[in-house]
Amino acid sequence: MNNSPKQTKKTPWKCGKCGGELQLGTIRASYLGNEFEVEELKCLNCGYVLITEELALGKMFEVEQSLEDK
Amino acid sequence: MLMEQDELKREEDKCIQEYPPACTAGCPIHVDARKLMLDIQKQDLKSALATLQKKQPFPGIIGRICDHPCEDVCIRKDVGTTIAISALERFCVQNQTATSKKMKVPPKSQTVAVVGSGLRGLTAAYDLAKKGYKVSLFEKADCLGGNLWDFPEHQLPPEVIVEELSVLNRLSIQIQLNTKITRESLAKLREEFDVVYLGLAERSNDVMELLVEQSWVDQVTCVTQIPGLFSGSIVSNNSPIKSVADGRKAAVSIDRYLQGVSLTGSREAEEPYETKLYVNTKGIPPLAAVQMKDEIGGYTPEEAVQEAGRCLNCQCLECVKACIYMQEYGSYPKKYLRQIYNNDSIVMGLRQGNKMINSCSLCGQCAAICPQGLDLGKTCKATRESMVSKGKMPPSAHDFALRDMAFNNSEEFALTRHQPGYNHSKYVFFPGCQLSASSPEQVEKVYAYLSEKLSGGVALMLRCCGAPADWAGDQELFQNSLQVMVEQWESLGKPQLIVACSTCHSMFRDKFPELVSLWELMADLELPDRGSNVSGGKVAVQDACTTRHEPIIQDAVRHILTKLGYEVEELPYSKERTKCCGFGGLTSFANPELAGQIVEERISESTTDYVAYCAMCRDNFAAKGKRTFHLLDLIFGTNLEEAAIRPRVGFSYRHENRAKLKRKLLHSLWKEAPQEKEGAYRTINLLLNERILEIMEERRILIEDIQQVIESAERTGQKFINPDNSHSLAHFRPFKVTFWVEYQPQEQGYMVLNVYSHRMEILEDGHE
Repeated sequence: MNNSPKQTKKTPWKCGKCGGELQLGTIRASYLGNEFEVEELKCLNCGYVLITEELALGKMFEVEQSLEDK
Repeated sequence: MLMEQDELKREEDKCIQEYPPACTAGCPIHVDARKLMLDIQKQDLKSALATLQKKQPFPGIIGRICDHPCEDVCIRKDVGTTIAISALERFCVQNQTATSKKMKVPPKSQTVAVVGSGLRGLTAAYDLAKKGYKVSLFEKADCLGGNLWDFPEHQLPPEVIVEELSVLNRLSIQIQLNTKITRESLAKLREEFDVVYLGLAERSNDVMELLVEQSWVDQVTCVTQIPGLFSGSIVSNNSPIKSVADGRKAAVSIDRYLQGVSLTGSREAEEPYETKLYVNTKGIPPLAAVQMKDEIGGYTPEEAVQEAGRCLNCQCLECVKACIYMQEYGSYPKKYLRQIYNNDSIVMGLRQGNKMINSCSLCGQCAAICPQGLDLGKTCKATRESMVSKGKMPPSAHDFALRDMAFNNSEEFALTRHQPGYNHSKYVFFPGCQLSASSPEQVEKVYAYLSEKLSGGVALMLRCCGAPADWAGDQELFQNSLQVMVEQWESLGKPQLIVACSTCHSMFRDKFPELVSLWELMADLELPDRGSNVSGGKVAVQDACTTRHEPIIQDAVRHILTKLGYEVEELPYSKERTKCCGFGGLTSFANPELAGQIVEERISESTTDYVAYCAMCRDNFAAKGKRTFHLLDLIFGTNLEEAAIRPRVGFSYRHENRAKLKRKLLHSLWKEAPQEKEGAYRTINLLLNERILEIMEERRILIEDIQQVIESAERTGQKFINPDNSHSLAHFRPFKVTFWVEYQPQEQGYMVLNVYSHRMEILEDGHE
């Protein structure tokens, strides 16, 4: 995920809580004891992070699989 | 560590695929005739000649005169006539000239005198010179070759002999023609050279003359009673290829002698032997040898390709032919065992064999088919246990199946009761979790039937047998589950256990005395009245892989089918050799694509309707469009047309069916008011179309997972909104998986538009 291209595409999603726009921000992710920082869309007010289907089933899945085989 | 090296070696040795074909084993110098045939088929004569050259010292000569003992053992003779290997060798050497390679061997100081330049002497001189020894060749005649000159010219033209033997010059062998070795000159040779080899037939006049009473020669090593003197160990010169082998044997001994190592160690495979390679010729159409139009000229290129094409390319691969899993990884058990061992031994780095290890159905078919009984599944299972114990089992492989097991052993489904009106039980019916999920109504019918037919009380026990834990390599979980099961059974007074599912049967076999399969029992009882739904006709039986070693169950099923008026068709792989449906060993969870291929292949074996006695076999086949009955469909005879095409019940509804079955039985039989399900999310009404249901199935996402996401999002407001279409997108992480749901609130409930999940956890404060 560290190498994933920054998501510059405009997202149609807005924060359901504050109505704010989502922006790229640094988030921390963890799997099987491995932690890393990545840039993903999130609501900067509420901290709520969007994981898209493309990310979940693509890059994220690949990273999960390779960490599982480590 | 899972396996010790020697255990790995023992298992590897069971796999005979790497043993040479019969032709190679039977050849005195072990020419790879199987490869030669492939080379000719590919019309690659350069490679063909290289194949010959690998073992033959003078292919141009031997290819023309070999007496081909390989042909006597060629397996093709069982289905047609033996391959004309000799004629094909001749074809090669007639049509391709050898390219002489510059041989770079560090020269050695030791010297060898070779007496006699027949095939023995020539071969020994060639082999030893190639190893760098200083070789001198002594011939009493005025030219090299001895008996080679006796062959008819059309078979072995003189210029071929001269050309082929010119290699000796390139190897810097000192050639002394017109030099007859006498007893006196032999003594001199022995002084001058480190080793002397008499390249002469054993007990030939020449040898007798030279050695007199010291003419004994060791058959294995060619040593004589005189130190440093070696001699031919085969009587006569009738077989050119045996003479070559004799010379080579001496060269091996001389090399070892000069290097000071054992002359006798590991020489078993030098002589011709019978190979262990098993070759199944069943079903191979017989074919006779291709006739030459011109006997003198030999095979034409077209004829040669055709004749080489008859080669069976002898392989064992019996297990691989039978098993899609074995085929998937492109090799065979000997290689797989090594890969599995290496995978388990890795300390750092990627374990690339995890998926392979978790993809095996553990069904035991390979062991039943293998001539040596090699069971790859046994190793896969032991390795999974090792992975679990080391904390190296990929969580995504079996997580879903183990959660399913947990559900089945929870209050949602688990139930143990004496028959209504009884406080003791002679029997207990254990339908299993999958039949209860696929056809809960049949569980009810069977229980009613057993309660009616058997006296002494028939208890009912609903739960999971623990197979998912056993298959996933989690022995602790499996044993704990089994322990609870035993306690429940003891609380019923240890009644006789009747199981409908063969997997349950296989899990319980060693634990419960008098365990009986429902089919075994029903075969002896009067079958239920099927009313007017009597069909008859032919059905092909899918034996559950977990009955592989249960002929009693297999026979009982056939007996029931016959009693019902059906004609039984046996699939190509049945009974002890049956195939798994892809559910066994949790293949369908660890490798769904492979499980799909396994099903596709199995259902293509016959166009007849199948009948299965395992709910998973039935559902998996039906899901791919194969008309498949469950045996209970035929026994109870309800709506057979519908039964054959009834779709597979998806994961969400499997949970629901089990839970409903329990509540229904509690209510109708035991007059108990079932407990209400807990959790506010359960009241969330979902609108699910076919497309979404398919996505849920493929991504293993359940209705209750979606309900929890929406309940949480609507309660907390933590979600995303798309103002353009007013869709909501939210997530929830009830355990080690985060579920995302895109949905739209509607009047009747929530329209689900998309679902996906990930296992990685987002650690942002506001997020989880």
